[in-house]
Amino acid sequence: MASTVRAYRRVIGSRLRAQATYRLSFTVELCAQVIAGGLELVTILAVFHNTTSLGGFGRNDVLLMYGLATFGFGLADLAVSQLNHLGELIRTGKFDVLLVRPLGTLGQVLTLDVQLRRLGRAAIGFATLLFALSVADISWSMAKLALLVVAPLAGAVIFSSVWVAACSICFWLVDGREFANSVTYGSSMFNSYPINIFSAWLRRLMAFVVPGAFVAYYPALVLLERTDPLGLPGWLGWTSPLVAVAATAVAGGVWRFAVRHYRGTGS
Amino acid sequence: MRADPWGLINRAHCYPRLVLAGFRRYSAYRAAMLAGLSTNVVFGLMRVGLLLAVIGERPRVAGYDAAAAVTYVWLGQGMIATVSMWSGFHVAERVRSGDIAIDLGRPWDFQLAELAGDLGRFGYHLVTRMVPPVAFGVLFFPFRWPQRLSTWGWFAVSLLLAVMVSFGIRYLLNLSAFWLVESRGLISIYGVASGLLAGLVIPLHFFPEGIRTILWWTPFPALMQDSLDVFVERGSPLPAVGHQLLWAVLLLLAGRLVQRSAERKLVVQGG
Amino acid sequence: MSLIEARDLRRTFTLRRKVGRFRRQRHEVVAVEDVSFAIEAGETVGYVGPNGAGKSTTIKMLTGILVPTGGFVRVCGLEPAARRRELAGRIGVVFGQRSQLWWDLPLLESFDLLRDIFRVPRAAHADRLDECVELLEMGPFLHTPVRQLSLGQRMRGEVTAALLHGPRLLVLDEPTIGLDLESKVRLRRFLARLNAERGTTLLLTTHDLDDIETLCRRLVVIDHGRVLADGPLAGLRAEVARERTLVVDLERPVPPLELPGARVAHVENDGSRQHLVFDRERLTAAALITAVAERAPVHDVSVLEPEIADVIRRLYELRESRALPVVDR
Repeated sequence: MASTVRAYRRVIGSRLRAQATYRLSFTVELCAQVIAGGLELVTILAVFHNTTSLGGFGRNDVLLMYGLATFGFGLADLAVSQLNHLGELIRTGKFDVLLVRPLGTLGQVLTLDVQLRRLGRAAIGFATLLFALSVADISWSMAKLALLVVAPLAGAVIFSSVWVAACSICFWLVDGREFANSVTYGSSMFNSYPINIFSAWLRRLMAFVVPGAFVAYYPALVLLERTDPLGLPGWLGWTSPLVAVAATAVAGGVWRFAVRHYRGTGS
Repeated sequence: MRADPWGLINRAHCYPRLVLAGFRRYSAYRAAMLAGLSTNVVFGLMRVGLLLAVIGERPRVAGYDAAAAVTYVWLGQGMIATVSMWSGFHVAERVRSGDIAIDLGRPWDFQLAELAGDLGRFGYHLVTRMVPPVAFGVLFFPFRWPQRLSTWGWFAVSLLLAVMVSFGIRYLLNLSAFWLVESRGLISIYGVASGLLAGLVIPLHFFPEGIRTILWWTPFPALMQDSLDVFVERGSPLPAVGHQLLWAVLLLLAGRLVQRSAERKLVVQGG
Repeated sequence: MSLIEARDLRRTFTLRRKVGRFRRQRHEVVAVEDVSFAIEAGETVGYVGPNGAGKSTTIKMLTGILVPTGGFVRVCGLEPAARRRELAGRIGVVFGQRSQLWWDLPLLESFDLLRDIFRVPRAAHADRLDECVELLEMGPFLHTPVRQLSLGQRMRGEVTAALLHGPRLLVLDEPTIGLDLESKVRLRRFLARLNAERGTTLLLTTHDLDDIETLCRRLVVIDHGRVLADGPLAGLRAEVARERTLVVDLERPVPPLELPGARVAHVENDGSRQHLVFDRERLTAAALITAVAERAPVHDVSVLEPEIADVIRRLYELRESRALPVVDR
């Protein structure tokens, strides 16, 4: 176990060092990430230029949700976005190389590269979160403070799990990346807004099957002491760590099943 | 000056074939097409939800009633692939690999050949990526059909111009790889910014007046918002189509100039 | 106990084929069918056959990448698919067409990472690395990023990478594909030495008969998923692939040459290029060239060795006529 951790630590360290050699490229890509996040923010501001409330929530409430979702998603993006290349790994046979090493496949795929530039998006999320907290009218307690620390981390784990489970489709469908993206990037966008504005079945899919509602919406309701317009109980906001654990278990199971399928068919 | 500098007369027959080849090339990737389509629909549903929430109980916001907003969303989702917002940067890859020397050395006009290929792609995506999301919108949401027959004609012209503008921008970005080490980064930035600036994410009419005015001095609205305005009959179609025509001509001419200096660079450096 | 033991190893794939416009029909393709062989420690075995014969599928099952559909297989005493990670620490695998190095890292750093991944003690790692660096002459490019290496240099790195954890068995899938002659020779010499001095068992797939000739004492020939022949190389070669072809370019066209011990297989350019097939046991190339030169002035010559495909084709023919000299298990 300790040696496995050490192996991964060394691999990640080397990936980070390798990036230092492409400083210009890193800077430009970081800018692209910051701009991407910034424009999402601009979208929210433009929306509130035309209305004062979205599903019963004001601008600052939505910014809080956006901050929580985007910070969590940005961290997940940093951790697992290597999965975007899974189809390519399978097509070129590089995945087989990973199978003849004494480490698990998922860990190896995730550490093929670690792209720090993806911090750009997390940074936008974090900054928005700080701003939203500074303007929101929140009566703080120790429990809420704890929730504030835990929720983005749980969010990162939830989104990472979603990513792992969704990208597993590439073991059946090498070009499955875009299907997976509609779930991963889709749930990021979906959960940046109050989920009650969307149609019911879309909400079931993007907020509960993909448990994105536990990343931003429900924790935000707790922080703001608002009741859920959808009528679900308020304590749901405290459950995001549990949901994260469950999501990890499901994602791990899906991944194992997918790799077993791959090794059983070699396709 | 050559007598037939664009090879239009001598080789006119090859361009229609390139259009056909472009159509065929894309029809080979059926799984990718279905995946893209499902993504368009999922994001379309979210955008509809967002816009309808903004409009809420009011009759209209920024000139959009519910039906116009829905039409705007599904038409826009259909246009993403059709005007090729986020793909079509293969030429930059060929510049980096040096294969571009072969392309430019062929006895054709490279810009025109690429445009022909892109129009073929457009034809394919018009059927496979434009029609399904719009049909989805028509079936499940209140849809606003054009009230005037002439609008269909204007929209066809406008859509074609949107493709030309998109091609013009992509061609310049592609050729930027001749000079910029980081053309890839530039393309990423274009990718993340173009959607919002073109009016895909939310209508540009949602923006404050000042920002809108600035945006109208850029080619971005010509990629989407102009065509979408023409279809929902937001005022006279003439300013929108004129804006697109202006940018299409400017961008294609700029592409021509840049291509010429790229060719010169290629000759001087020997590829 | 054998290092590799396969009994009735079998692998089928299910393909979906399009029938008509929309319907698809599943049908089963047998990639490997009842393959049995045993390889002892210290052996050097060439696993050959035409493209699509089932070579890679077998290799994948032996290395734990692919789960067999049926049959029994043990490598280093382990069931490969079930104990993939454990097995990975005991065998080395080289894919000729897939790199296991980090393309943007200097070669040396890739090796360092592999030390951590395979948990190799520092001293043992250093010893093995030093030896490989010396024998494969990698000193000059150890600090070069992998992406800047030539294919020959990279393959030396790949082989080293597969050996750093001291495996008893080295599996090589097309190790010399695309390499220039010098690189091939160097690699073969190294592998031969590895086997002789360390006793490392070698199992390789290849299309290059020279790989087999210089490295393998034993050949397993597979075709259509079945073992066609299995036996010592010397015997197979003597029986099956004795014929070589001498291609002569002559100064001027002449009628087909009639020479003792050789027959004209093919004539080009009205007779100024002729392909002469001869038996290597009966006639040397030098003697044949001398004989040709007596008839017509020779401009250029080259000797073609039988392609692996020819050897296999011959094996097939011999099997049809039941003259196959080796055991087909």
